[in-house]
Amino acid sequence: MTPHVLTRSLDRSATIFLVVVAGLGVLIPLSNLLLPAGSALQVPTYLVALFGKYACYAILALSIDLIWGYCGILSLGHGAFFALGGYAMGMYLMRQIGSRGVYGNPILPDFMVFLNYPALPWYWHGFDMFWFAALMVILVPGLLAFCFGWLAFRSRVTGVYLSIITQAMTYALLLAFFRNDFGFGGNNGLTDFKDILGFNVQADGTRAALFALSCLALIVAFLICRAVVTSKLGKVLIAIRDAESRTRFLGYRVESYKLFVFTLSACMAGVAGALYVPQVGIINPSEFAPGNSIEAVIWVAVGGRGTLVGAALGAVVVNYAKTYFTSGPLAPYWLFMLGALFILVTLLLPKGIVGTFNAWRESRKATEKANAESAALEDGVGEPKPAE
Amino acid sequence: MSVMEGRTTSALLYLDGVHVSFDGFHAINNLSLTLEPGEMRAIIGPNGAGKTTMMDIITGKTKPDEGTVLFDGMTDLTRLDETHIAELGIGRKFQKPTVFESQTIEDNLLLALNVDHSVRGTLFWRGSRDESERIDRVLETIRLTDARNRLAGSLSHGQKQWLEIGMLLAQDPKLLLVDEPVAGMTDVETHQTAELLKEINKEKTVMVVEHDMTFVRELGVKVTCLHEGTVLAEGTIDQVSSNERVVEVYLGR
Repeated sequence: MTPHVLTRSLDRSATIFLVVVAGLGVLIPLSNLLLPAGSALQVPTYLVALFGKYACYAILALSIDLIWGYCGILSLGHGAFFALGGYAMGMYLMRQIGSRGVYGNPILPDFMVFLNYPALPWYWHGFDMFWFAALMVILVPGLLAFCFGWLAFRSRVTGVYLSIITQAMTYALLLAFFRNDFGFGGNNGLTDFKDILGFNVQADGTRAALFALSCLALIVAFLICRAVVTSKLGKVLIAIRDAESRTRFLGYRVESYKLFVFTLSACMAGVAGALYVPQVGIINPSEFAPGNSIEAVIWVAVGGRGTLVGAALGAVVVNYAKTYFTSGPLAPYWLFMLGALFILVTLLLPKGIVGTFNAWRESRKATEKANAESAALEDGVGEPKPAE
Repeated sequence: MSVMEGRTTSALLYLDGVHVSFDGFHAINNLSLTLEPGEMRAIIGPNGAGKTTMMDIITGKTKPDEGTVLFDGMTDLTRLDETHIAELGIGRKFQKPTVFESQTIEDNLLLALNVDHSVRGTLFWRGSRDESERIDRVLETIRLTDARNRLAGSLSHGQKQWLEIGMLLAQDPKLLLVDEPVAGMTDVETHQTAELLKEINKEKTVMVVEHDMTFVRELGVKVTCLHEGTVLAEGTIDQVSSNERVVEVYLGR
């Protein structure tokens, strides 16, 4: 992609977003590492990991906004791509444990020894190399999205039907990954990670670096989404969202556009998952749960779909609320609150936080302009004549 | 692409023995119709006569059960999808004006231009002088130059109809299918639309579906009356409107 495509039309909210993310990505790790523990400005390590998690969720939210907000594809299974990226990273981290596992097997991860695997399954080969795992983080979700999208979009499955089969997809993966003989640790998933690229995953420095990397990935994902939606392709996506058959009659191959943007979105979700796993220290089949994907869609709705910045903001706001409430006495009611939030946003703020704010600013600008025009008009005619 | 060997007809559009039924309802029944290059044809007929279904067949939205649909004498349209048919040069204006409401008028026309429509082409698209000149010309023709930066959703009904005709012009097709262009327009707008279509017809072949008989008369072209999915009468407006059957089923006594 040329720089021209990347820098095109960064409006004010986009610039603010980039500055804030970049600022946090630098300041939080510095404060954590350089300031003495216990000082008022020092960000404790557990918070660094928590914020890192939010950054990964924000990337997932961006990927959903790209397809839902701009192309009208409501995927209720995007958590599957996130989890697949996470598993690819988890497999790399498992292979890094080596003979430090409980059973001390230099090749086989603990769960394989426990389940009497004679040798490493073929699909685990290569994951001892970081570059290979990193490639799979993007390739596996991308390939699944491509095959799924190719079948679904070519058959013109749209709307609620598409949402339902994406749910089925993530649920099927959930069931598959639960199985012990599927080769991914079954119910327990992958955990007990030791190090990543030779650095201890538990160390403060590694956590700070992972946080900074997550912020960087968020920035890159944002710029990619921004480049896509501000290009002519972005206009075609909106056209498809608003009047799909009209777009076809203009000679656009709608299914190719959907396939492109769906695959791109899945790759981004995969990267988010891969950054998430070393920071939370575990990946298990519950990440495929349909509820997770629906929650991610709620983040986007709350923040404002079709705004990108709103999606990222929604992810952080809703997850902060989740962290806050689920650690207090209100914990059992969190799901009710999430449901209520979704209903309230749909009824009262259908454009979400950022969408409503933008609409408010637009209308204020329009009023100001109208006022200025009428003032200029009055100046032109001179003093109004006094009433008789 | 399904190209037959050699031309079989001089017509730009050739329909022969076309049948379509939906759940046993015969929407199109042995329909045969030809449109010569450069012709403008008005299609009239009562509701449910199959006018819109006929357009659906020509543009690939509906597949006929039987019959031949040829474009330019060579291309079998029944085997192609909407995108492919649009690329061949058949443009369509819908009965209900369908424009991209959340985008500006200029962007609507930009999307309609018949340039590279591939994913890669649009991702790396950069405007050219030629393209913006074409958009300017269309904006002038449809009298929306001053509104170019407004959202299409904010236009009046009549203006949306015009914008959609403008999108057809930007698409630069060989054949224009125009479904009820003056529905909801004032008399003045109706008159202007008739003038516009006549202007367009100087270069392009046009098929217009319309209920407004004053408008059809103003076009002054050959008229085909459809009824129950088949051609009831064909000829000048005077011939057709004096036809016994047409009066009975459509115009009323």
